[in-house]
Amino acid sequence: MPYNLKEVIANKPSRFTSGHRMCAGCGAPPVARMILRALKPEDHAVIANATGCMEVSTFMYPYTSWTDSYIHTAFENAASTLSGVEAAYKSMKKQGKLPDDKHTKFIAFGGDGGTYDIGIQALSGAMERGHDMVYVCYDNGAYMNTGIQRSSATPKFADTTTSPAGSVIPGKMQSRKDLTEIMEAHHLPYVAQSIAFANFKDLYEKAEKAIYTEGPCFLNVLAPCPRGWGYPTDMLMQINKLAVDTCYWPLYEIIDGKYVINYKPAKKLPVEEFLRPQKRFKHMFKPGNEWMIEEFQKEVDKRWDDLLKLEEMTNK
Amino acid sequence: MSTNIDKNTPAKDMTIGGNIYEAGNAVEFKTGDWRSIKPKYISEKCTQCGLCFPVCPDDAIPVGKDGKRTDFNYDYCKGCGVCAKVCPFKAIEMVNEE
Repeated sequence: MPYNLKEVIANKPSRFTSGHRMCAGCGAPPVARMILRALKPEDHAVIANATGCMEVSTFMYPYTSWTDSYIHTAFENAASTLSGVEAAYKSMKKQGKLPDDKHTKFIAFGGDGGTYDIGIQALSGAMERGHDMVYVCYDNGAYMNTGIQRSSATPKFADTTTSPAGSVIPGKMQSRKDLTEIMEAHHLPYVAQSIAFANFKDLYEKAEKAIYTEGPCFLNVLAPCPRGWGYPTDMLMQINKLAVDTCYWPLYEIIDGKYVINYKPAKKLPVEEFLRPQKRFKHMFKPGNEWMIEEFQKEVDKRWDDLLKLEEMTNK
Repeated sequence: MSTNIDKNTPAKDMTIGGNIYEAGNAVEFKTGDWRSIKPKYISEKCTQCGLCFPVCPDDAIPVGKDGKRTDFNYDYCKGCGVCAKVCPFKAIEMVNEE
């Protein structure tokens, strides 16, 4: 059935309720809500959440925003916790302790800190062991929860509290890690990169595929942070659009090793357009710092070209 | 389970392991008072295009079974303005909170 936003929203009630304490204009709640809407209404879910903004602000005792079972885990072990739950579920099913006609799906959420950095070992292990689960990384590009410290997902030159741009260093000095590629190196049945974009078709369909593909699947979703990135709260969707139109955050999926780029902008915008509205890149626009923008552009172009090549190569 | 738990609640009244037995009970926690500006819904200009409903971080735009939106749920709206910015028909206007 083709995707119809209104039908999805009207017929699938939100499984991530109002009343959470995420900041006004946060990019993560619309992502989490749409991913959970991809579940079939009759299916139950178990959600594990690595420490991060989403964990501390959606499950603040005695309130929970989740209508499914939810496990509060530490920073590093969302993936291993959930893989244990999945293994127990499989075993109980085998022993006939659970009804045959009811299904439970396993979804882990982690921020970029809990996924790219602290949780990567647990994530890699869970994926390699082949548990039937989905790991969703909502990437806001720094440790936003604790006050905007740089992570390995932070783009180069970004000004954060632990990579302050000034006369000594030009913001973060290293390039962003490409986690989606690292996950692809695990040869998973489904790996995708998405964003909340237009009518959310891309995100919904990828979530549906990830949840209902058997085996370990991984989704990497960019979720802008108005506080950490320094843009007005109302610009969420415009920032998202710029991220895909400049090819900073390409939307693609890898199904059994085959790359499919889901969105190729008709006109690829210069990356400046994405950088300009964000205060964390403000210093890049000072006279004398043009080299930073040039270098950033080169990196984006290189990664985009590599991706195009991979798509061509794997679809021969 | 009581949700009236604060720093003075004795430990014996809390659930073991900090478990929460009620799914989605965060709806009891109203976040509307965070707001300093609020969106105003101008229904005559609205074409029900659907761009605003999914972007609301607080799910404060109620959508009926017919797929049509109604006025904002100000109990939860934090006034971020994302909805007003995505509306191509200027059917949402941000105004100061009275």
